[in-house]
Amino acid sequence: MIETLSQSWPWYISGPLIAMIMFLLLWAGGNFGVSSNLRTICAIGGAGKQVAFFNYKWKDQTWNLLFIVGAIIGGVIAHTYLSSKVGLNLSEATITDLAALGIPFSGAMAPEELFNWHSLTTVRGILVLIVGGFMVGFGARWAGGCTSGHAISGLSNLQLPSLIAVIGFFIGGLIMTFLLFPLIFSA
Amino acid sequence: MKNIKYLIIGILFGIIMTKSEAISWYRIQEMFRFQSFHMYGIIGSALIVGVIIVQLIKRYKLKSLEGTQIQFSDKNMSVARYLYGGIIFGLGWALSGACPGPMFTLLGNGYSVFLVVIGSAILGTYAYGLVRARLPH
Repeated sequence: MIETLSQSWPWYISGPLIAMIMFLLLWAGGNFGVSSNLRTICAIGGAGKQVAFFNYKWKDQTWNLLFIVGAIIGGVIAHTYLSSKVGLNLSEATITDLAALGIPFSGAMAPEELFNWHSLTTVRGILVLIVGGFMVGFGARWAGGCTSGHAISGLSNLQLPSLIAVIGFFIGGLIMTFLLFPLIFSA
Repeated sequence: MKNIKYLIIGILFGIIMTKSEAISWYRIQEMFRFQSFHMYGIIGSALIVGVIIVQLIKRYKLKSLEGTQIQFSDKNMSVARYLYGGIIFGLGWALSGACPGPMFTLLGNGYSVFLVVIGSAILGTYAYGLVRARLPH
């Protein structure tokens, strides 16, 4: 059992399970939208005193904070008890493309040379960790949601605004991948 | 502790996101390069099941655990905020390889530097709040 669970889960298992997460959250009385937590954290930090956007009853969002605490613990559990001996089964084409940009693939979830604390002393590290994170936070709030809120919850409810947002996600992602990656990672 | 159920759902979410490899920076690159069906399969099958779930909840007026009917609110129609906000989000998603959920799950997977990514995302959210009135919505 543990052996089977420790392998990489196929998409046709993972996708429906993510839909089940959305259902469980609705059933529990919440909803599936992770980026709202970033706004809640700003509100808890007292941002509501300076900016009206953060002045709301954030205590109603405590449940969602518990959800992301769970998301951390789930990561710990999967990493500790369900970790696969085989690395990521990444496509050869991606491995080749990234190697050409100087990004090696070891089978880990993320490039270890980018995602470590030392990387913060490099330009590309600052771009990936700080600028990347900043844009995710800024863009998610401007668009009113992220992958969970728009691509899963919104599209499941057939919301046209969510489709526009998801098209935006892809325009941005493709610009970054094909136009900006060669500039960022060439040096 | 009636909110403990959200913690448990979050734990399941973290395990699913890790084992599906949807938290992987490499998988996001593979997706944006159209070099594997994996991420499209995950999002696509989540959507098909998701649409059915939402339709069933609406048709049978399903109640939540607290006894109130599960409500869906329509999002306000506009193009600017979803398109421009979405593009900024997509730029960041491809670069950091993580959307907000995976950022937290990656932390649990031992990538402690995601504290910096999460901190930056919080800062980005705050910056949006600061300039919100001047942006098209």
